Amino acid sequence: MKKLITITSIAIATSLTGCLKDDSFLQKSPTDVFSEEQMWSDPTVTITWLGNAYSRYYDIETVEDWQTMVNFNDAFPSDNGVYWRVQNSEWGYGEWGSWDYGYIRDLNLFIKKCTAAEKLKESDRNRFVAEARFLRASYYFELVKRMGGVPLLLEPEQYDFGGDPTYLQHPRAKESAIYDFVISEAEAIKDILPTSTAEKGRATKGAALAMQARAALYAGSIAKYGVNTPSVTLPGGEVGIPAEKASAYYQKALQVAKDIIEGKAGEYTLYKEKQGDLVENFAALFTSKSNNKEAIFVEDYKLQSGKVHPYTIQNQPRYTAEEQEGGRINPSLNLALQFEKLDNTFAPFVTKNGSDYAYYNTPSEIFAGRDARLGGTILLPGTLFKGKPVDIWAGLQLPDGSVVTSSNPGGTQKINNVDYQAVGFDGPINGYAFSAQTGFYVRKYLDPTTGSGQRGVQSDVWFIRYRLGEIYLIAAEAAFELTEKATAATYLNTLRARAGLTTPLTAADVTFDRIVHERRVELAFEGHTLFDMKRWRLAHIVWDGNPITAAELNTNLGVASKRNTQPWGLWPYKIHDPGNPNHGKWIFKEVLPNRVNASDRFRFGNYYSFIGDNVISRNPQIIRNPNQ
Amino acid sequence: MKRSINFIFILTLLVVFASCKKDNRDAPDSTFKGRITYQGQPIMVDQGQVRFQLWEPGWGTLAPIDVAVSQEGTFSAILFNGNYKLVLPKNDGPYLAKVDGGAAKDTIMVNISGNKEMDIEVLPYYMVRSAQFAQASGRVNATAKIEKIITDANAKNIEKVSLFINRTPFVGANGNLQIQRKDSAVVAGTDLNNLQLSVPIPTITPAQNFVYARVGVKILNVDDWVYSPIQKITY
Repeated sequence: MKKLITITSIAIATSLTGCLKDDSFLQKSPTDVFSEEQMWSDPTVTITWLGNAYSRYYDIETVEDWQTMVNFNDAFPSDNGVYWRVQNSEWGYGEWGSWDYGYIRDLNLFIKKCTAAEKLKESDRNRFVAEARFLRASYYFELVKRMGGVPLLLEPEQYDFGGDPTYLQHPRAKESAIYDFVISEAEAIKDILPTSTAEKGRATKGAALAMQARAALYAGSIAKYGVNTPSVTLPGGEVGIPAEKASAYYQKALQVAKDIIEGKAGEYTLYKEKQGDLVENFAALFTSKSNNKEAIFVEDYKLQSGKVHPYTIQNQPRYTAEEQEGGRINPSLNLALQFEKLDNTFAPFVTKNGSDYAYYNTPSEIFAGRDARLGGTILLPGTLFKGKPVDIWAGLQLPDGSVVTSSNPGGTQKINNVDYQAVGFDGPINGYAFSAQTGFYVRKYLDPTTGSGQRGVQSDVWFIRYRLGEIYLIAAEAAFELTEKATAATYLNTLRARAGLTTPLTAADVTFDRIVHERRVELAFEGHTLFDMKRWRLAHIVWDGNPITAAELNTNLGVASKRNTQPWGLWPYKIHDPGNPNHGKWIFKEVLPNRVNASDRFRFGNYYSFIGDNVISRNPQIIRNPNQ
Repeated sequence: MKRSINFIFILTLLVVFASCKKDNRDAPDSTFKGRITYQGQPIMVDQGQVRFQLWEPGWGTLAPIDVAVSQEGTFSAILFNGNYKLVLPKNDGPYLAKVDGGAAKDTIMVNISGNKEMDIEVLPYYMVRSAQFAQASGRVNATAKIEKIITDANAKNIEKVSLFINRTPFVGANGNLQIQRKDSAVVAGTDLNNLQLSVPIPTITPAQNFVYARVGVKILNVDDWVYSPIQKITY
């Protein structure tokens, strides 16, 4: 009996433990997703969504994408898998295309729901919405640069399952309409966003104005220079902007750029923290985050957070590298030749003295007396990185004119039975990956911090999307196009003085070639080349598919339409002639790296990227881009 | 026991072979070929640069079949039988689609059943006529006549006229299709009926005693060049 009671009570106890009210049992909140309610009531949750949206920003030539930096012959790819970039003679029509309406829909949904989120503080809510609108305008700007006019969708769309989706199909807007949208959107959000020079990873008033200035400048130049390529237009204006609109856009660009320079969006100033060494200063502008008031809007990284990038691993000098790789981006001689002498004149590097070579005491002497941005952008032979010299030289030049070299970096050869190092540890050796095959390595964005070249550490140097230097160039270009040449000269001179070019340009010196040239040297490897050449309608001229001869390489420097179809190099050689006063001195030779066997051709159909057949097939209202 | 092992073995074989059948779709086997012509003369262009599209409606998502035109102005494609729309994309090629009754005839219906040969008549901006090449003291000299075909509102000017030579039978304006070129601007006084061009023959390694040459015309604001036929010159 007693036993029976025990068993019964155990049974009852067991059966009761599982008992909960049904509704509380069935309602469990998931542990891996946030609910709509949490999302729209707690700003720390809302901002995580925005963080994701920021990380989906579209760029080219970023620190995470070195390959696009070598795409336009301002550099050569020193990597076994990437030589095809200098061996193909044209770009595909689809290149640089983008059509991410998923991103736009996400942003539209966010804007709609966040605007209605009563539980968020009003100040938070307004800022979040403004940031999302900034990102959406940024992506439309990116789309119009690459594709021309695209459907402008500002509301999240919903399919009604009625069997007829045609109401979801929208035609392409005019190219000018997208630019107008970007400009007006920046106008609308600029005063909602914070005015802060310390905030760089998130949208600020400065970022909104910078986007506005750049968009207005692009639209203005497409309107002005579009007449040079009448076949790059569509009758409905989806591609091409009427010439009469140019002036208004330029005025807008000038006024907005002026506002930024005059501090209306915060006290941005040109980076001049290392005035003692202008070369160092220009390099540090990209790598130093402390007291950097030039950067306006950046993609930021942080060590030991998981958000780091391998740019320095990929591009560090091979010899002193912290891993067995590096040296991929080799800037070309074409680019190096663009840097002026300190008296504002263009001159080739002097390699010949009459019929003899020109002799130099050090491998870097030939580069002396030039624009400080040369050394700040390009790591030159014989200069230092992380305190160690870059060992770039191609061989020993013997008195009989022959060259002794090695196919291994730092390799030795016997001359009269004595071993000599016959080539630099950093190359250049044709076809030897990671060696400086043009005679140069890249310096811009290369992180001087110890450990930045290790795979386990990587680099947290930020990628600058907008900086004050570019704003000066926008102001100068817009002023020039509005025939205010004196104003343009003032802006250019401020920027050039920072690079050591202290002789001011006069109003008469400011020409279209000057503007193009200044952007090329100041903004090299920052994602501007392609879009600049497109908006000036110069792309089909500078990339015309013809090889560059050694003779024309050194002529017409600083001319905007100069051909740039192949990356050339400048190789140092050491004289080996004991007893001769020139023994141990350096000479230089212009060389086309032998992996380069084609020249790039930019076709009219490349001006606006190909819209996929799948897109057109789903939405027949989308029309194709011209010449494809 | 042994029987069941046999049974399992046979069953396995059955399963393995059950999905084996000859491929149930025939490969496309109808050849569609022809030339891009003006008055029956082929229009010489760059190898693989000029294209037209074949659309076959009725198959869900639409995508064109691109057909590339060779440097002799010929094309060929192997297709399934069916009804195709042949489309000449605007601004592709150094020509315009023929105009018929005011409307540009850029779409041609093509029915493919079995092999088919068809020439596509178009209106080129220019034609290079009666090109003559000769070799003399290390140079290739060429004469040609350039005829302007389109003279109405759609007419375009010539940007330049060039003579190209290459070591292989593929010759064109692109850098890797030439070993030497001579560009000549066309100015007001240029006699297009008797155009003369000349290039030196560079040293070729490995040595050969012939080059291929052709004359090309670059039309302003048009990507594609129009050429003379290619001629082999032995010396």
